[in-house]
Amino acid sequence: MSKGWQRIFIPLMAVVIALAIASVIILFIAEVPGPSTGNLWNDFWNQIGVRFSFLGRAFQAMFEGAFGSQFAWMNTVIRMTPLILTGLAVGFGFRAGVFNIGAEGQMAMGALMATIVAVNIPGLPMFVAIPVCMLTGMLAGGVWAGIAGFLKAKTGAHEVISTIMLNWIASNITNWAVTAPFATGSGTPKSPEIAVGAKLPILFSIEATFLSYGIIVAVLVAFVMYIILYKTSMGYEVKAVGFNPYAAEYGGIQVSKNLIMTMAISGALAGLAGTLESMGLYYRFYGTLTSGKGFDGISIALIGQNHPLGIIFASMLISGLRTGSNQMQFIGVPKHIVTIIQSIIIFLVAAERMVRTIMGWDRKKKVKDGLAKSAS
Amino acid sequence: MPFHIPEPSEYPHYAVVMKGIVKQFPTVLANDHVDLYVRAGEIHAIVGENGAGKSTLMNLLYGLYTPDAGKIHINGKETLIKGPAEAIKAGIGMVHQHFMLVGPLTIAENIVLGEEPLDSWRFFDLKAAKKRVRELSETYGLHVDVDMRIEDIPVGTQQRVEILKTLYRGANILILDEPTAVLTPQEADELFVVLRNLTDKGKTIIFITHKLNEVMAISDNVTVMRLGKVTGRIPISETSPRQLANMMVGREVLLRVEKAEKKAGEAVLAVNGLHVKDNRGLEAVKDLSFTVHQGEILGIAGVAGNGQTELIEAIAGLRKKEKGKIELCGKDITHSSPRDIRELGLSHIPEDRYKHGLVKEFPVYYNILLGRHYLPPFSKNGFLRHKQVYERAKFLIKQFDVRPPSILMLAENLSGGNQQKMVVGREIDYQPRCMLVAQPTRGLDIGAIEYIHRTLIGLRDAGVGLLLVSMELEEIFSLSDRILIMFEGEFMGEAKPGEITLEEIGLAMAGTPLAEVRKTEAASAGKSETTRVES
Ligand SMILES: Nc1ncnc2c1ncn2[C@@H]1O[C@H](COP(=O)(O)OP(=O)(O)O)[C@@H](O)[C@H]1O
Ligand SMILES: [Mg+2]
Repeated sequence: MSKGWQRIFIPLMAVVIALAIASVIILFIAEVPGPSTGNLWNDFWNQIGVRFSFLGRAFQAMFEGAFGSQFAWMNTVIRMTPLILTGLAVGFGFRAGVFNIGAEGQMAMGALMATIVAVNIPGLPMFVAIPVCMLTGMLAGGVWAGIAGFLKAKTGAHEVISTIMLNWIASNITNWAVTAPFATGSGTPKSPEIAVGAKLPILFSIEATFLSYGIIVAVLVAFVMYIILYKTSMGYEVKAVGFNPYAAEYGGIQVSKNLIMTMAISGALAGLAGTLESMGLYYRFYGTLTSGKGFDGISIALIGQNHPLGIIFASMLISGLRTGSNQMQFIGVPKHIVTIIQSIIIFLVAAERMVRTIMGWDRKKKVKDGLAKSAS
Repeated sequence: MPFHIPEPSEYPHYAVVMKGIVKQFPTVLANDHVDLYVRAGEIHAIVGENGAGKSTLMNLLYGLYTPDAGKIHINGKETLIKGPAEAIKAGIGMVHQHFMLVGPLTIAENIVLGEEPLDSWRFFDLKAAKKRVRELSETYGLHVDVDMRIEDIPVGTQQRVEILKTLYRGANILILDEPTAVLTPQEADELFVVLRNLTDKGKTIIFITHKLNEVMAISDNVTVMRLGKVTGRIPISETSPRQLANMMVGREVLLRVEKAEKKAGEAVLAVNGLHVKDNRGLEAVKDLSFTVHQGEILGIAGVAGNGQTELIEAIAGLRKKEKGKIELCGKDITHSSPRDIRELGLSHIPEDRYKHGLVKEFPVYYNILLGRHYLPPFSKNGFLRHKQVYERAKFLIKQFDVRPPSILMLAENLSGGNQQKMVVGREIDYQPRCMLVAQPTRGLDIGAIEYIHRTLIGLRDAGVGLLLVSMELEEIFSLSDRILIMFEGEFMGEAKPGEITLEEIGLAMAGTPLAEVRKTEAASAGKSETTRVES
């Protein structure tokens, strides 16, 4: 199997295995008393039959909940939008050899700053307000991640540590902002609503639910990232630094400048994820706006193999699972089953080596190496 | 008299007979029906290019691998060697290229390690250990100070310790896998004396090398291997380096590149009072000054680790300079970035191609792009122009004979020699005015070495100034127009290759300034004995 196919096959395998394991769990936990006939043997087979049909209904519910109707699709796509961007943020970092765990904090900072601007520009026309707010959010996320990049380049501080710490700082800053100076109303800590001009136009709506142009922005960003990674000198530099910083430096690439820049871009994407949530979905900043979507970016980048297209599909998969899980819950399967599925997928994708070994690809690769060597 | 192939009845006179040895690795037939006949008491050399299967054959003999087919007779007795323990029992000892010694322990402790003499309390008896080791070293003329710690002694002595270790375990047949790769010429000569001593005492030695002059100097018989097969067996008295080289490579090779005399032109690289620190913060380059001219190869000879790496990295802009000045074609590049330095016309074949020279996860064409990925014609307005890159890469891998000729193949899947050809091709394609060349042929086989040497000479003839660093004296001698000898960050002297002997250069590499070496020689002129510096 070629390398390209393996990159698709591994996540697919992971999904299939995860669904299989989830099926076994659902079979066991199904609360479906079958009719009792008094005959143990018959009861047993009844149980089996009933449980399998329950499993079938569970998956059907999940699928329909995620993709079965326009409404379901819309919900999936709404959830997908920020996940694409945080996935791209983390994936871009991985490409350059940095592990940005801080997308959560960058997303929060981006959303907060963009919202502050968006609240304070009433009357500005849309074509000014929207770009200004988006750029603000990206800048805020970029600066936040850039701090970690700078620390790494100048002092060698590992980005995993510094971005985790920056996550906490961001979390405290944003929580404070929406409980004190920037708070409004009561109940959930939240900011005032943003100016009308800063609201993203709506692409599609059903009753009170609406899908904004945010998804278009996210897909466009994925496309731009693809171009950068595969078609530009800058992408070449990013990948060279990611694979072998020594060779990159030898080839005249400024490794520390590249590190800071990569981190900043990664953070800008995460910041944009938060910004679109505010401008296109909530129309304000909530303390719970990010709620783990930054961390989801890590899983999505892994499942999507750091490829922009892969990241789009991975986001669709994860958001589909989540949207579908609501429906599944109605027929009695706990929502958490989806968390289990997601965890198994990530585990298997991250443990790619394991899959490779099971499939024997490592051995074949060595064979190829050997042939190449002996041919020389 | 050609090489005598013994009948089974003669096997008792042979320390080792290996018959029809086959070893198949998943992808390579490393040994293909190999026969080896080693007389008792001789020094038997095995020569062959990298990958010929020499180490595999020896590992089979030492029990590290089991053969797929074939028989091994030790001193006439068919022996099944299932592991190193059994090999040791059969009297076989092996000195690997990488020593397996414990740094903080003394020589005596290292030698007895694993089979320590015990006193009546069953504790380690250091006195007895030292006594045994001293006896051994007397008997075989392997002089060592048993109380020195391994980390404080030079590699040449460490190697003796390894040999003593095998003797301590009762070895009668010693396998030495490329023992001279880490030694200065003097240390190598001393090793040869030791080996002769050992055979005089009845030991048998199997000596692996790819240096033909060593084979000629020390061995009695030689077995030549190529691609897993034996391609020749000959008594040393009846062969020549040229013939051996042809058997190794399977075709005619030029042992020394031919090189026309050439007048050097203007200075291209001028280094003045340079100070550079190594990674530990110690001064590695101490106040060096030199000039490389157009159309000349300036060779720097020296044992690895005497500041050559730091010097080259400093010039290339990869390492900070503490003091001093570097000029490239008249421009000050002391504090320039690697990119600016490259743009001014300096290219660089790095010492460690895996670390600096290539990105192994990149395909060949991307590696050929490295360093020029932002320049026309390969880049326009920040976009890569893949068509131009492909064409250039195809052209280069054809011109430099990179095999297999696939530009889409990942660099990690190329063999070392082909990776090096790719790097050399890329660096030459810069059309540099000055080139840093560090260990250009390390780990390559004769065919590739010849090719790279000719390429470098071609550059020189075209007027490029080259600074060559190599641990291979042979290479320094055959390529350089001038030679500087480096020891602990300083130059011990300068000479032209025709005006200095291997012996003089060796002494200078061990730390005696060349002027002094020559003075001593002049003083002792007439005497046949030459001074030896204990390293
Ligand atoms: N453990 C191993 N597994 C697979 N291939 C090996 C192994 N050891 C050696 N080889 C291959 O066998 C061939 C012979 O190697 P080796 O005996 O080390 O050659 P030499 O010592 O003559 O340079 C080479 O092609 C090498 O890549
Ligand atoms: Mg070997």
